[in-house]
Amino acid sequence: MFPLDLDASVGHLGANALYVLAGFLFGFALEQAGFGNSKNLAAQFYLRDMRVLKVMFTAIVTAMLLLVGGDALGLVRSEVLFVNPTHLWPGIVGGLVFGVGFVVGGYCPGTALVSLATLKADGLFFVLGLFVGVTAFGESVGLFQAFFDASGNYGELTLPALLGVSPGLVAFGVVAMALAMFFVAERVEAHFAARDGGKPC
Amino acid sequence: MKRAAWKYMNPYLAGVFLGVVLFGSFLVFGHGLGASGGVALLAGSAEAALLPGHAAQNAYLVNLVESPPSPLDNWIVWEILGVVLGGLASGLLAGRVRPETYHGPRITPRARWAYALLGGSIAGFGVRLARGCTSSQALSGGAVLSAGSWAFMFAVFAGAYLVAYFVRRLWT
Repeated sequence: MFPLDLDASVGHLGANALYVLAGFLFGFALEQAGFGNSKNLAAQFYLRDMRVLKVMFTAIVTAMLLLVGGDALGLVRSEVLFVNPTHLWPGIVGGLVFGVGFVVGGYCPGTALVSLATLKADGLFFVLGLFVGVTAFGESVGLFQAFFDASGNYGELTLPALLGVSPGLVAFGVVAMALAMFFVAERVEAHFAARDGGKPC
Repeated sequence: MKRAAWKYMNPYLAGVFLGVVLFGSFLVFGHGLGASGGVALLAGSAEAALLPGHAAQNAYLVNLVESPPSPLDNWIVWEILGVVLGGLASGLLAGRVRPETYHGPRITPRARWAYALLGGSIAGFGVRLARGCTSSQALSGGAVLSAGSWAFMFAVFAGAYLVAYFVRRLWT
């Protein structure tokens, strides 16, 4: 059933066209969500507007439930889906570094492209910075190649496999965690809105 | 463009929209969405074009752009082209396409450019070290319950919250 065998069905050119379409919908969704504006993204870290958390976790929960449901119905062969390999320590250190860049620069790579597309100069400078950063990584990774390749390298490791429980149970836990975070996010926003007297941050 | 811009979409609704697009990507392609990988391919190709002798001696660049026969004919490059077009289309519909700089009330646009460049550089290093960004790791790996992607996601929030206080002048 799914996923499709793209090259066999639509050929290389057709597959590329589908990738442009997928990116189009992705960029459209990000812009509609308000993520072409660095102030909306940075506000997450000052607890004034938690739309980053709300959009991200709603998207993860939606896709996760559709995938788990599709697998249960026999429509999706989830065993062939790409699962990002776990390189635990480079992932955690890289995540921390990336988080610092996120709050200093106000964007992540996808949202910066959307910001650039709507002619925001700060988005353009962030994208230029990305070019600098990825180039600096390529020039320096040789100095810590063993850490990058081998530290905490568990290969393809899912949370259900790690915890020894079914994907459905983990999905249930993720939904419960997301709902709890949304509840807290709404309370936090209401608190700051009342304190700041409705003045936008 | 004088008309007022649309409001941003309700975040939960936008999340469902984004989640359905992400699910569609897994259905059609067998993998999720991405962004930083495309930027890395463009940057690597530019570096290899400017410094051909150097690129052949750098293992990272050899893997990325020297050994593939047409490195830019990669799904992620087509996808980020789509991201730019989709962002532009949405911005045109919503009345938000105009040259401007988003910045906090206490800094100038010029200072904001410098911090955006600095933050982008830091983030660019981080995404390569972590093998992905908010799209390819957090959203895509999160939806298929990759343990490493979830660790990455919490690390991103931790890193940002840890320094947010110290850079508050940029945004508040």
